Amino acid sequence: MSNTPKTLFDKVWQSHIVVQEDSCPAVFYIDLHLIHEVTSPQAFAGLKARGLPVRRKSRTVATMDHVIPTLSGKLAVIDANAQKMLDALEQNCREHDIVLFAAGSGREGIVHVIGPELGLTQPGMTIVCGDSHTATHGAFGAFAFGIGTSEVEHVLATQCLLQEKPKTLEVVFEGMPGPGVTAKDIILALCAQIGIGGATGHVIEYRGRVIDAMSMDERMTICNMSIEVGARAGMIAPDETTFAYLKGRESSPAGNAWDKAVADWELLKSDAGAEFDKRVVLDLSSLAPMLTYGTNPGMGMQVDGKIPNPDDSDTASEKYAIGKALDYMGLEAGQAILGQPIDVVFIGSCTNSRMQDLRDAASILKGAKVHPTTRTLIVPGSAAVKAEAERTGLDKIFIDAGAEWRNPGCSMCIAMNGDALEPGQYAMSTSNRNFEGRQGKGGRTFLASPLMAAAAAIRGCVTDVRELIENPVSGQESAPASDTDRETRR
Amino acid sequence: MKAFTEVQSKAIAIAVDDIDTDQIIPARFLKTIDKLGLGKSLFADWRYREDGSETPDFVLNKESMSGRSILVAGNNFGCGSSREHAPWALWAWGFRVIISTSFADIFRNNALKNGLLLVEVSESIHKALLTGDSSDTDAVLRVNLEEQTLSIGDNNTISFEIDAFSKKCLLEGLDQLSYLLSFQESIEKYESERPGS
Repeated sequence: MSNTPKTLFDKVWQSHIVVQEDSCPAVFYIDLHLIHEVTSPQAFAGLKARGLPVRRKSRTVATMDHVIPTLSGKLAVIDANAQKMLDALEQNCREHDIVLFAAGSGREGIVHVIGPELGLTQPGMTIVCGDSHTATHGAFGAFAFGIGTSEVEHVLATQCLLQEKPKTLEVVFEGMPGPGVTAKDIILALCAQIGIGGATGHVIEYRGRVIDAMSMDERMTICNMSIEVGARAGMIAPDETTFAYLKGRESSPAGNAWDKAVADWELLKSDAGAEFDKRVVLDLSSLAPMLTYGTNPGMGMQVDGKIPNPDDSDTASEKYAIGKALDYMGLEAGQAILGQPIDVVFIGSCTNSRMQDLRDAASILKGAKVHPTTRTLIVPGSAAVKAEAERTGLDKIFIDAGAEWRNPGCSMCIAMNGDALEPGQYAMSTSNRNFEGRQGKGGRTFLASPLMAAAAAIRGCVTDVRELIENPVSGQESAPASDTDRETRR
Repeated sequence: MKAFTEVQSKAIAIAVDDIDTDQIIPARFLKTIDKLGLGKSLFADWRYREDGSETPDFVLNKESMSGRSILVAGNNFGCGSSREHAPWALWAWGFRVIISTSFADIFRNNALKNGLLLVEVSESIHKALLTGDSSDTDAVLRVNLEEQTLSIGDNNTISFEIDAFSKKCLLEGLDQLSYLLSFQESIEKYESERPGS
C-alpha cells in the first residue's frame, strides 16, 4: 500500500477490483444490484438463453416503478405492453428467487428512493442499476452508477462489470445560500455552469460547508443529478448525518456489526492532499432559486433573470442549441421568466419525492389553493414516504389545496405510466430532465425545486418562491395580480 | 455480437449537440421485453408528425439517405438515460458507425456491447464532415477499425483513437459476458476474502 493520499472514490474503486490486467478494463465487483421492469427483461432473457443462474441473488433487489400507475385504488396498468413488463419482472424474480418489492407490497417505490430507505444503500458500496439516476446513492459515499441492459445481464451472471477507471472531479460549493434556495437550486446551478457534458468521464465528489449541513434527502437530490452533467457518478463522504440516517433501518447493520461498520465508514473520505483530475468551485452566497428555460438540464437560469438570447452565445453551436430550445419551449429571448404560465405542476421523481421535498412543498401549499388552471400532481417516492406523509398530515395539506395526491412511482418524470403532459403544455417539474418530449410528446418542462413548484402551483405561473416565504399566503385570495399577468402572457 | 468489419458508406448528418437518448428513442417505445423491432422508433419525435406521418424534411426520411450506415452527430451524443434501446434502435435502423466530437459514458458502454463503433474526431474534422465538400450528401466515408482510420473521399485519411480492449471486442465480435465468465475463479476468491459476500 502506498501512502499517496487517496480520494474517496479511489478508496471505493480499489477495494472492488477483482482483476486488473494491463490494457484491459478492471473486472469490478458490484455489491448491490437494483433492478426494475424496464431495463431488466432482455437481461433475464439473455441469462436464460445461456442457461446461467443469477450469481448472487442476495445482492439483487427488484422493484416496480417506471410504468406503474399512480392513481389510488387502481393497479390496473394502462396498457398491455406495460403489464407484460411487470409480469416479466415478477416471473423472473420468482424463477431466480430475487426479492421483489412489488406494487402494493408496502415497500415499493422508486428504486432510488427505496434503496436508501431500506438501508440497502451503504457507504463504500458499489451499486448499479439499469437507470442513469443510480448516481443518487452516491450521497452515502457509495460508488453508484447507471448501466445498460447488457451490463445488467453481466452483473446478474457474474456480480461483476468490466470498468475503465473514471477520472475524478472535485466540486466545491462555497458560501451558504439564502432562504428559498435548496439542494435542487444548487445542482441546477452546477448544471448551468458546467453544462450537460461538463463532467463526462468523471466521478464527482461534492464538498463544502453547505454539503456538510445538508440532510440525506438533500444530498440525494444533489447526487441524483450528477448524470445531468454527464458524470459517471457523484459522491459525498459519509458523516454523522449519514450514520444517523442509516441507523436502525431494515437492512442496516445492527449491534456489534453496526459499530464495526461505522468505524469502517469513517475512513471513507478523501485524504488531505488527495488529488482530483479536475476542480470546479461554485459560490452560492448570492444564488437565487433556479429553473431551466430550455431543453436540457444545463439550460438553467435564476428565477429573477431574463431568458438568454441566442445571439449572446459564445459559439455557433450554442447559439443554434438555445435558439432551437426557445423555439420548442415557445419562449422569447430577453424576456423575464417570472409570470410564465404553468399548466401542470409535478412534484415527485427520484430527484425530489422524499419527505423533505414533500415538507418543502407543504410549507408553501399549507392553507393555500392551487391555481384553478394549474393541475398539480404530487407523487411520493415510495410507499414508506407516502405513509409517513399521511401520518404527519401532509396529504391533507395537499388535498385541501386542490392537488392530486398519488401512489408512488416514477410517474410524470418519464411519462411511461399514463401520467403525461399534452402537447404544448407547460410543466414546472421537480424531476431531473427537461428534454424534448420527456414528460409527454410536445410537453414543455421547467425543472425546479419543490418550493418553486409549489409556488407555481398557487400562482399558476413562474413565481419567485421567496415572495411567498416572506409573505406567507393563507386562503384562496393568495395570488394578487398573477391572474391578470397570467392572462396577458398567454 | 457480430465482428466489426470495414464500413464504407455515405454519411447522414444530424448537426445537433447533446442529442439525448430520449430523442434517440422516446420512453414510450421502451415498453417492450424484446431488443428487436426498435428501428422504426429511432428519433421518433423528430421523424414523425402528430398523425404518424413522416416529417418530410427530417434527414432520416429522405429517400437518398436509405441504406447509409454512418451517422455524424453533434457533440456529447447519447447523453441522458441509460436505455440500451438507443444503440439497439440505431443498429436496427442500419447504423454501424457514429462519428462525433464526444459521447456520453453510458451510451459509449452500451454501444460497444452491440458492435456499434463510435469514432471520436477533432472539432475541425467534425466541422469538415458537417459543412465541407465532404458533407452528408456526397462523399463516401470509409472506416477501417483495424487501421483506426477514417477516409473521406479518395485522398483524405485521418486516424482516430480507440482503446485497445474496445477495439479487440469489436474486431473479434468478443462476447463480454463470456470474457467476464472466464474470471469465475478470481471472482470466487474475491468473494471469499470479503465479509458478507
